[in-house]
Amino acid sequence: MATVTNPRRAPGGAGVMPDTPGWARWANDHRKWLFATPAMAFVAALIVIPLGWTVWLSLTDAEGSVRAESEFIGFRNYLDVLSDTDRFWPAVGRTASFTLVALAFEVVLGMAVALLLWRPFKGQKWVRVAILMPLVATPVAVGMMWRLIFDPNIGLANQVLGWVGIGPQPWLAGQHSALPTTIFIDVWQWTPMVVLILLAGLTSLSEEPQEAARIDGASTWQRFRHVTLPLLMPTVIVAILLRGIDALKTFDILYATKGKGGGSFHEVETLNVYAYGLSFDYNEYGVSSTVLILFFLIIIGSMWALTARRKEAKR
Amino acid sequence: MKASPAYRLFRVVALTVVVLSLIAPLLWMIAASFKTNVDIYDTGKALVFSPTLDNYANVLKQSHYAQFIGNSLWVAFAATVLSLILGVPAAYSMSRFSMKKSALVVLMARVIPGVSLLVPWYYVFSNLQMVGGFTVLILSHMFVSLPLIVYIMMGFFDGLPEELEEAALVDGLTHIGAFRRITLPLSVPGIATAGILSFIFSWNNFMFALVLSGANTKTLPVAIFDFVGYASIDWGGLMAAATVVTLPIMVIALFVQKYVVSGLTAGATKG
Repeated sequence: MATVTNPRRAPGGAGVMPDTPGWARWANDHRKWLFATPAMAFVAALIVIPLGWTVWLSLTDAEGSVRAESEFIGFRNYLDVLSDTDRFWPAVGRTASFTLVALAFEVVLGMAVALLLWRPFKGQKWVRVAILMPLVATPVAVGMMWRLIFDPNIGLANQVLGWVGIGPQPWLAGQHSALPTTIFIDVWQWTPMVVLILLAGLTSLSEEPQEAARIDGASTWQRFRHVTLPLLMPTVIVAILLRGIDALKTFDILYATKGKGGGSFHEVETLNVYAYGLSFDYNEYGVSSTVLILFFLIIIGSMWALTARRKEAKR
Repeated sequence: MKASPAYRLFRVVALTVVVLSLIAPLLWMIAASFKTNVDIYDTGKALVFSPTLDNYANVLKQSHYAQFIGNSLWVAFAATVLSLILGVPAAYSMSRFSMKKSALVVLMARVIPGVSLLVPWYYVFSNLQMVGGFTVLILSHMFVSLPLIVYIMMGFFDGLPEELEEAALVDGLTHIGAFRRITLPLSVPGIATAGILSFIFSWNNFMFALVLSGANTKTLPVAIFDFVGYASIDWGGLMAAATVVTLPIMVIALFVQKYVVSGLTAGATKG
């Protein structure tokens, strides 16, 4: 990453070792764990143990007050949740379609924009600045912004449609258009992420295969399809991996645009929104923990599949 | 090879469309924050309106936003500093001693859905009567910051040649001395990248504060919801609030663009 030219010499370095006190020497010998333990302890206390507790809660009937007694009920929650075609499975479906559709758009658009930005040109700096803006904007604020733009009565979106003679759309307010609209918002905010990752990948590719293909008379499309894309594939998969994990866990824009429970018909209720509602609107901690464990397994499963693909692509 | 004129024209048009669709909504939000609610409802006044500062006066004075800005700053700052103190040495150890398993455990935090930790945290911290205080909020934001910092810094230390430290050892420094006097000063760009990213992600975080903050510790992303009522929405106030939350972070990102980009793409192109 960093290139180092002129390392700073430590002042008065010579002869430190012999007269260092015992504790310093001990620290020096055990630096590996001395450095790593505080962070690992934090992770254990705030992540590993709570996660274990969530697993435990998923096997109990915990609900109501956090001080209430709860009983071990085995896998009953799992049976209940997995047979729940009313809320759970629709939420799984929405999570899957939200993630897959958003990812597809983000990767295709992201690839197109990254290719446009690949070779230097005048004004490239400004395009990069514009690309960065949605990425750092606060997701809740972004949700509110689109809520105004997509408002059926006063929003800019319907106004623009009106200019080209298309009638007003319900957007976020429609039972069937809400999820696609939130996907649009996700694509708007996160395609830039894919652009940046792919651009970093493109910039690190060596020029020789490109040159060789050009000399062999390959067309632009052939060069992309048979040279650039295969070389870039590991980076593409990283982009899918990073973006996919976050898309699965999308919460902020869904909550900001549709509120609790993903709207009155649960139109945008994904697994994350569902689990949140179960926990903090209904205090059904046992059931919500079950949903979360299943959700977690889905995430790990898809990650594992993608990582396997990446190893293949690198070969 | 020079790009053909046709391609260059296409590129100009395509990128103009891209830039406009990314920036126009943000400008629309900012414009609406300077409109009265009457003007927002009047679609004829989309672009031509007499700007007003009433929404901002409302947001900053009546809605205690000054306090929420302070809360957001404090939580993001504290979570970032504490995560750097824990994360930088840990990342160094993990990079130099290739502690793959430990690194994996820390990185798992990027994968776990936040809600699955919120439930047990809520159990513990409400029994300790800590929900609503800054401590819990800062700890929860470290869940976001620490893995991010470890991830970025591990990549940075991997790229820092070990020979420099070896030279320092020959000069008589201890390992820890070499870390402190050689490695850390050389890592300032990496630490800046990690710190900036951690600050942005903490500032933008919504879910943890939604559950764990109280009336006095509310952060900005949660405070936005004050403008959304059950019956009606104060659009002008809402857009002013949204601008107050997001504009500072966009301006900061403008100035430290290089760091933000390298942090966001860290590790994406290596093995």
